[in-house]
Amino acid sequence: MSDDRESILSRVRGALAPLRERAAMPDYTTEIAVMRNLLAGRDALAVFSERIKRVNGIALTDPAALVEKLRAGGWLHGYCDPALWPTLAPHFGEGFKVETVFDRTRVDDYAFGITRAAGAIAETGTVILDDVTTSSRLAALAPWVHVAVVNRAQIFSDLPQAVAALGADSNVIWCTGPSKTADVEGILIEGVHGPGVQIALVVD
Amino acid sequence: MKFQQIDQFAAELKADTRAAVYDGSKKGHEKRTKLLFDEFPDPNHLRRVAGKIKQHVVENLDTYLPAVEAKMKANGVQVHWAATADAANAAVLGIMRARGATKIVKAKTMVSEETELAHFLEKEGIETLETDLGEFIVQIDHDHPSHIVKPIIHKNRREIARSFEREGLGAYNDDPETITRRARTFLRHKYLEADVGLTGANFVSVESGRIVLVTNEGNSRFCLAATKCHIAMIGIEKLVPRDYDLGLLLNLLARSGTAQEVTVYTEFISGPKSAAQPDGPEEMHVIFVDNGRTEVLASECRDILRCIRCGACLNVCPVYRQASGHAYRSVYPGPVGAVLSPLLMGEKFAEKADLPKASSLCGACNEVCPVNIPIPDLLLRLRNKAKEENIPSPGTPPMGAWALLASQPTAWRAALWGGKAINYLPTNLLPIPALRAWEAKRTLPAWRGGEFRKWMKGRARTPGASAKTT
Repeated sequence: MSDDRESILSRVRGALAPLRERAAMPDYTTEIAVMRNLLAGRDALAVFSERIKRVNGIALTDPAALVEKLRAGGWLHGYCDPALWPTLAPHFGEGFKVETVFDRTRVDDYAFGITRAAGAIAETGTVILDDVTTSSRLAALAPWVHVAVVNRAQIFSDLPQAVAALGADSNVIWCTGPSKTADVEGILIEGVHGPGVQIALVVD
Repeated sequence: MKFQQIDQFAAELKADTRAAVYDGSKKGHEKRTKLLFDEFPDPNHLRRVAGKIKQHVVENLDTYLPAVEAKMKANGVQVHWAATADAANAAVLGIMRARGATKIVKAKTMVSEETELAHFLEKEGIETLETDLGEFIVQIDHDHPSHIVKPIIHKNRREIARSFEREGLGAYNDDPETITRRARTFLRHKYLEADVGLTGANFVSVESGRIVLVTNEGNSRFCLAATKCHIAMIGIEKLVPRDYDLGLLLNLLARSGTAQEVTVYTEFISGPKSAAQPDGPEEMHVIFVDNGRTEVLASECRDILRCIRCGACLNVCPVYRQASGHAYRSVYPGPVGAVLSPLLMGEKFAEKADLPKASSLCGACNEVCPVNIPIPDLLLRLRNKAKEENIPSPGTPPMGAWALLASQPTAWRAALWGGKAINYLPTNLLPIPALRAWEAKRTLPAWRGGEFRKWMKGRARTPGASAKTT
């Protein structure tokens, strides 16, 4: 395949050689792609809460409300990042079974997964996960409910800001609302391969 | 008289299919327009800038390709090159054989459709599964996708329910939610059993070597959470210079493709998983695929390589809406396909030289394109190429007599005057098959030959008229 490398690159050079001028990179700012009217003068958390609702996600600021929500949905068995569990455990009462190791041979046993987020994006209602802060990629994906614990100070206002903060992590994923499809007759169905319920628990 | 192939296909299309394609594409287009124009004061400015970025990349691939390769290698990614579809498929198989892998789960990638990867791997004894819901349905039906973003836009829920029943995925049930849940249950165990996860890439940043994947279902994430080896098959034109440019392009891709501000999942992957992460690939391979792209690059139609595969031009195209995607006999249907598919044929250009003719050149595709590709211009260049190569064009009425008339002003004026006779002739009885076919479904408007010329003359004498013309 090193032959293929040489042949492709030489064909590319050959194709471009006759061009007298190459198209220049435009000078621009990504500010043109920011929903400035939406964000102007507003608190990032307020915008984030509004926008995540728009994509059928849920923003909460109180762990007690989270527990309430899980109980109401009948989601009693789940996974929690071991680093988060000591602070969250006191809010979980009777009837919950929470594991701190995700066993991939039993993916269907977990109704919820609680993991830390690396941040959030207000403009789009997105939670940001990366490899370093996420304790298990599968735990944040396979259960029906995913709870991302977001630090309030890490809410970026817009998408270009979040791009600028991608950092050195080899795997960053932005999750915007529950997993969904419209493949069948254009009808929106949530919970395809990933979570059917996406919750952001915003903490200080 | 023979019809053009695409006309013939459209004429024989089932009413159900035509309705499904028409409704799906129209809805997609209307939502896109609303979203873009509600939120940005000048969305056309965004498209123009994005078009310039991608054109810059296309015209500088000779420096960007080696640069991104070096960056990826530094990130711990193994980089492969494949000049042809066969070479790309062989590269995937080679990586799998080296690992002793027998099972692969695939996210949606258009380039793997070009190479017919799934088909190839199955023949080699590799268990290959499409995981995007639409692509999964296409696979179990041994069908082909008919839209870049909505692969089963041509199918209704009843057909899908019958396929699921046939495949043992439960008793007949055509509720879309039930269909989706059954696919969820079936596929999640397949991810966990698989050895390799295969994806494409929507963008690749030269600066960081990151590949960017956008999905809504979460299937590509599942591939990359459950398997130990990631292979990304990527067309050589997918590059963007910097991470910074993703801020603009991601915005445009989601809005143009599915009328979303951002897709549900946007992944930025620069290498194997981090050491502390329990899930995900320990090994990452990128295969850069040419498969005809360098020939497109050498042609006068290289602008088409800007394409980011959003499907907006399909949704807006009056021909696509009536003919459906399969009418294009190619992986890429619609206006983008009418340009790209014949070019990707290389020496067999003639086989698809009819596609650029299946267009009224209305220009709607250019107006919605997030990277502002002048598709109508490119279609004209390809029509010209076909003419110069003397490729026959069945279904095109002979234009010789018209050309003769139109190049002689006196004869033209006489014909315009004489044309009035057509108002009194029984045109449906004339021995001109094309006219009869046309008249079978439409009424010929009354002849008003010469009116435009009269109007033009009067207009030129009106003071200030020239200032109003643009």
